[in-house]
Amino acid sequence: MEHLLLTFLLSPFLGAVILFFVPYRAGRLIRWVALLSALPPLGVSLWLLKGYDLGQGGFQFVHSYAVLPSMGLNLVLGVDGISVALLFLTAFIYLTAIFTSWTIDRREKEFFLFMALLVTGVFGVFISLDLFLFFLFYELAVLPMYLLIGIWGSTKEIPGKGPFAWTYEQIRVGVKEYGAMKLTLYLLVGSAFILVALFRVYVESGASLGHATFNFLQLQNASFDPSVARLLFLLFYVGFGVLAGIWPLHTWSPDGHAAAPAAGSMMHAGVLMKLGAYGVLRVGFGLFPGAAHELAWIVGTIAAINILYGALAAGWQRDIKYLIAYSSVSHMGIVMLGMATLTEPGIAGSVFQMVSHGIMTGLLFTIVNLVYHKSHTRDMTEMGGFAHRMPILATFFALAGFTSLGLPGLSGFVAEFLVFLGAWTSAHPWWLIPGVLGAFITAIYVLRAMRWIFLGPENPRYPDLPDARGTEVLSMVILGAILILLGLYPRLLLDAIHTGVVEFLAHLGGA
Amino acid sequence: MMQWALLAIGAPFTAFALIGAFPWIRRTGKGAAGLSIAAISLSLVSALFLLTRYLQHPEPQTLSYVFAPFSTVSPITFGILVDGLAVAMLVVVTVVAWVVQVYSLGYMSEESPSSLGRYYAYHSLFVTSMIGLVLSHNLLQTYVFWELVGACSYLLIGFWFYKPEAARAALKAFWVTRLGDVGFAIGVVLLWAAAGTFTFEGLFSAVEHGTLGGQLLTLGVLGLFVGAMGKSAQFPLHIWLPDAMEGPTPVSALIHAATMVAAGVFLMIRIHPLLAATPEVAFWVLQIGAFTAFLAATMALVERDVKRILAFSTISQLGYMMAAAGAGAHVAAFFHLFTHAFFKALLFLAAGSLIHAMHTNDIFRMGNLWKHMRWTGLYFLVGGLALSGVPPTAGFFSKDEILVGVWQTGEPLAIFFLFATVFLTAFYMFRAFFVVFFGDREAEGHPHESPGVMVGPMGILAILALVAGFFGHGLEGLLSHTLGVSEAAGETAHVPGSLPWIGSLLGLAGIALAYLGYQARTLDTRAVYTRFHPVATVLERRYFVDDLFLALYRYVYNLLSDFLGWFDRYVVDGVVNFLTWGTWQVARAVRTVQSGQVQDTLYAVVLGFLFLAYLAMRF
Repeated sequence: MEHLLLTFLLSPFLGAVILFFVPYRAGRLIRWVALLSALPPLGVSLWLLKGYDLGQGGFQFVHSYAVLPSMGLNLVLGVDGISVALLFLTAFIYLTAIFTSWTIDRREKEFFLFMALLVTGVFGVFISLDLFLFFLFYELAVLPMYLLIGIWGSTKEIPGKGPFAWTYEQIRVGVKEYGAMKLTLYLLVGSAFILVALFRVYVESGASLGHATFNFLQLQNASFDPSVARLLFLLFYVGFGVLAGIWPLHTWSPDGHAAAPAAGSMMHAGVLMKLGAYGVLRVGFGLFPGAAHELAWIVGTIAAINILYGALAAGWQRDIKYLIAYSSVSHMGIVMLGMATLTEPGIAGSVFQMVSHGIMTGLLFTIVNLVYHKSHTRDMTEMGGFAHRMPILATFFALAGFTSLGLPGLSGFVAEFLVFLGAWTSAHPWWLIPGVLGAFITAIYVLRAMRWIFLGPENPRYPDLPDARGTEVLSMVILGAILILLGLYPRLLLDAIHTGVVEFLAHLGGA
Repeated sequence: MMQWALLAIGAPFTAFALIGAFPWIRRTGKGAAGLSIAAISLSLVSALFLLTRYLQHPEPQTLSYVFAPFSTVSPITFGILVDGLAVAMLVVVTVVAWVVQVYSLGYMSEESPSSLGRYYAYHSLFVTSMIGLVLSHNLLQTYVFWELVGACSYLLIGFWFYKPEAARAALKAFWVTRLGDVGFAIGVVLLWAAAGTFTFEGLFSAVEHGTLGGQLLTLGVLGLFVGAMGKSAQFPLHIWLPDAMEGPTPVSALIHAATMVAAGVFLMIRIHPLLAATPEVAFWVLQIGAFTAFLAATMALVERDVKRILAFSTISQLGYMMAAAGAGAHVAAFFHLFTHAFFKALLFLAAGSLIHAMHTNDIFRMGNLWKHMRWTGLYFLVGGLALSGVPPTAGFFSKDEILVGVWQTGEPLAIFFLFATVFLTAFYMFRAFFVVFFGDREAEGHPHESPGVMVGPMGILAILALVAGFFGHGLEGLLSHTLGVSEAAGETAHVPGSLPWIGSLLGLAGIALAYLGYQARTLDTRAVYTRFHPVATVLERRYFVDDLFLALYRYVYNLLSDFLGWFDRYVVDGVVNFLTWGTWQVARAVRTVQSGQVQDTLYAVVLGFLFLAYLAMRF
């Protein structure tokens, strides 16, 4: 049992290794290897919902594997309630991403290999308690995306306008290489911040604890000089925050998501952006409680901007993929706002929103990519009446759309409302207003998109619009069912999250 | 007792889940309809059973379970509250829903099986949500089901999604009610933060003990009222309801006349202790309600669409209920909600029968239908009389109670509005009646009476519209536990005994005027119309409130969103692209140094040597 968590690392990693040796043309085998690599983590993540001892709380299944003992580098694994929820999310997104990409027809071997590597990294981040390996996994999760977008992505050039119009054509804004490069560069800049901060933590911990360490559990007991703590907190906030799409460092996300293939967007918006938020929460807030209390106002205010700015900017988009991407920017604002409240409902809502938004965005990007592949357009104003030919896609779009505007009975509502409760009881009650308004504005653009794409008379321009089928439907059914299940019975995850948050707040103090 | 309440909500939910999860059930069409109707029948039976049980043992009961666990604050619980108010409302909802679902079998008979299945799936979901709202024991849960009925309303208004007007109307309905719900959500959060609980019981005792009060309470209750304005279509958030008539007519009868739109009033009655503790909010509830009643009635005067006439009258009648709730006459408010649900649903179903036969909504394209559609005409007449408050129909009793309740507040403006509206209501209702069923014009097409599956269920509502007024006393007893008997104490203190007669006379006068104008033709309505053309234009444009909202959408929301979208793409991102471009330019410039020419390399070597030599000399 103590090695249980290794499943999360070994299973996708072994999958990647096997895929390396599978011949190119063995299309079916490639897919099955990928699928089989997704099942053990799924099983364990489901088992953890029961197996994680709620009464005991804290980090469980902790085990340390020596990597470089002389430097104090160990692979320390363990989960608390928060990671249990996020493992659940990742396992399901990986599974459904495989189903969604079942029909890709180009370089399948590399595609599934990179996906497996990426997922290894994501799982690694959620279960690592050693910051150095945490960082390694983080990078492992981020880098394959460059290739996924660059090779399997889609291109739609954006003509230049405004004060910098001349640059657009020259650097070819909107092509898939642009999206891939932009995303990677942004995230690497963020990583640079994190790396610097990590080494400073390592050095500082030597002074405080007597021995320098990357071990998170030990670092939690370290005390930092307040000014150093503030600096480190900000470094981690900006570094991880880039990946969480904090304003104004979010513009990689629409271009990246628009260019990415379906599974790429699913993994990225669904899971990777959560890595950023998780990093801010776990490392930023977790290691520097004092600085967190002092600087939460920055985090929350920027999150409030994210919510409104993302939601309003989404209203301008006519490209269906950009619309979803901007809505992600807005929803990640809810995640960041929730943690900035430093209250129990707020942080619980934040974590719940990570899961809910991950599943929801996974579903939305699946739908949107199917619509795009079948109609060969991304411009919503050219669509209309698609519900006649694509009733399944229309139904799931409505489901995901309702989740995103916070309709009760679906998971988004639980998350958002908990964040609202946290916002009002935090030190900055006005945060409630952008939160509630954001939900209203979301209703405007989501339902308008629904009307543009699916409603109206049958569209003569698209005589041939096949509905989703086979594994595509399977993937949507799984994601949709989770949205409903979590909406009706949030305690499926909320019990675990609750234990995690309580521990977390105890460390944070003065909630 | 609780198991009956659970059955009432569980049966339609099961029907929805089955139809929703198994496409083959939906595609049977009639099978899905049967499932849904069986479920609502079960709900109806359990509602009636609950009613009898509650009448025997009037003890409120609750059941709750933890929805979200917390340690630092009290956990969020969901549950069921069975008290007089809930039981009475439950009966209204299940009766009307049952009638409407049976009626729909006839009305929607031309739909394809799959489409019919979808229709009944939405209906089952709606009934589930509405019952959840009625039985809710806390504010958050009310909000949950409140939103869900809103979503069902969106789905059902847009049921014929291929009609662009229907799609647009669904959108409008959702947006406008959602705007009100911004207030509701804020109100719920504020009250929770102040009282530490969502449960009605907890909130009421907090108010009683003075732990909940002051500005926070006022703001919270105001927020709830804003939500109620959206859902119950009170000015200025009434604009969605007339457009919502794009949905199938049975839907209008159930959702947009009898049940969902009354949810705002129901909420105000439910939180009556909070409203009593915040007289300034109650004052606005009264004023806005009375004003809405009047305003909507005037708009109905010039409407040609039979369903929209009824929609305006719904807004108007909801205004009456709101006014009563604001005036503290909660029993009267609920009584009117109760009777209105029956006679307005009846009117809508009668209108549906007309539309089913005539394939038009325009009253001036109908005419002389009395001889072709005797039953429909009779039901329309009964509904019209009840709506006009003519004794002894149900509307007479309930409207009279409201007039008495508002009279006691002594607010002259509100009293004037409500009395004037009695007259207007009778006039526009019988204008429609005379034009449709009599008149000198022959109807186009082949008018025929609707099938028995439609006419039969309407009979139930017609009987209720006639006799529901006599349940007033029983209702008061039923509600006494929840709403207290305080208002009965001071009643008739300074109310003139002639008040009921004034109300009925005003109603009869309205009917008489409609007779003169549209039947006897002693009054030239066209001349009046041309004479007051500017006024008529204002009424036809609905006081430009719709245009105001459209302008807000176009020139505030869209401009802001367009600006931010543009700003993000071309300025925020422009800077990023500019930096990229700049880096490339620098790189390009520097690259030329590496030319590969021997002389360039020689220059570099010489320059480098000189530089090093300089450094060597310097240090």
